[in-house]
Amino acid sequence: MSKRGIETLVGLFVALGILAVTFIALKAANLASFGHRDGYALQARFDNIGGLKVRAPVRSAGVVVGRVTAIRLDPKTFQGLVTMEIERELQFPKDSSAKILTNGLLGDQYIGLEAGGEDKNLAAGDTVTQTQSAVVLENLIGQFLFNKASDAGSPGAPTTPPAPAPPKK
Amino acid sequence: MTALLQALGARTLKWLTSLGHAAYFFAELLRFSPLALRRFNLVVAQVHAIGNRSLLIILASGLAVGFVLALQMYYALVRYGAAESLGLVVNLSLVRELGPVVTALLFAGRAGTSLTAEIGLMKAGEQLAAMELMAIDPRARVLAPRFIGGIVAMPILALLFSAIGILGAWVLAVLLIGIDPGNFWSIQQSGVDIWRDVGNGIVKSAVFGVICTFVALYQGYETQATPEGVAYATTRTVVVSSLAVLGTDFILTALMFSTP
Repeated sequence: MSKRGIETLVGLFVALGILAVTFIALKAANLASFGHRDGYALQARFDNIGGLKVRAPVRSAGVVVGRVTAIRLDPKTFQGLVTMEIERELQFPKDSSAKILTNGLLGDQYIGLEAGGEDKNLAAGDTVTQTQSAVVLENLIGQFLFNKASDAGSPGAPTTPPAPAPPKK
Repeated sequence: MTALLQALGARTLKWLTSLGHAAYFFAELLRFSPLALRRFNLVVAQVHAIGNRSLLIILASGLAVGFVLALQMYYALVRYGAAESLGLVVNLSLVRELGPVVTALLFAGRAGTSLTAEIGLMKAGEQLAAMELMAIDPRARVLAPRFIGGIVAMPILALLFSAIGILGAWVLAVLLIGIDPGNFWSIQQSGVDIWRDVGNGIVKSAVFGVICTFVALYQGYETQATPEGVAYATTRTVVVSSLAVLGTDFILTALMFSTP
């Protein structure tokens, strides 16, 4: 084969490779959502962040408005300190509240940002003061069982099987 | 008893010697690689021989793997009502693991063997010795361009494998099963990170390219100059590079994706 023919074929091969990487990057990975990278940072403290991960979405009314950029433990309050980046053109009132919510029953966790009613807006670096922690299923079940047990325990001596109880009465 | 110990010692020493030999050969290849880049048309010819000619088998395998993966995952995911994440599962497994690894295995079988056989026969036909007589270093003229060509071709092939696999999954999921195309793509876009997943996959395939090409060239260059020797070296190429790829893949995966 002529030299030029080989060069053309190799060029085609490399072009195919570039096509593949752009296809994967734009259509099948998150390069397209890199556009609004510049945002402003907000912080929020949660008693329990549950399974929240870095890069989890921040949603307001279900619309993705930003991403979680860092999670660490506040050494003074022993709360989870979550830093998130919100799109620059979106401003939220100062009394907005942040919740950690779950996408469906088994889905990933995300932060739900609920706008408040105040006139002043949150500025870059501000902290969202009203927060609601993640619901930890184990605690919920524990609480439920505890309630059940105390409900059953208060009226019912007859339901408790221990033997020494009846003679004392 | 002493004979047994002596045999063990001899084997160990032989193994160590061959390991050192391979390491030296690798360093020599690296040393001659910049020289090969200066004669770029040699590299281009090798990319053609190694890359273009492997294209068909890579694309066919990628499509088949994408189809099968999508179909099997569909059966598992539909039980949990998560059939829409089909694209994400196929995408991640292709881009992170299957793309680089299966491409490397095919590459060892398709391109590695031909490299070994070619160089082995060059050696058997004393062409390499003839080049040395003409004061041309065969490592610079013959081996280094092939080495670079293999390293260039391998990541491109792996990317094509992954891309065609994802397209295959799309055909199966969207066109045949009827999963919503918007969800199919958007779940992938939210779940696949360009640097962490795609980037590490490319790094992986480049490492596998180095391994496969190096093993093929080494086996060819060190072959015994007989028909049996070349046959043996070709077999060794496939076995050694496949095992090396699988072993390295485990280490690389542990390093790259150990944090969730």
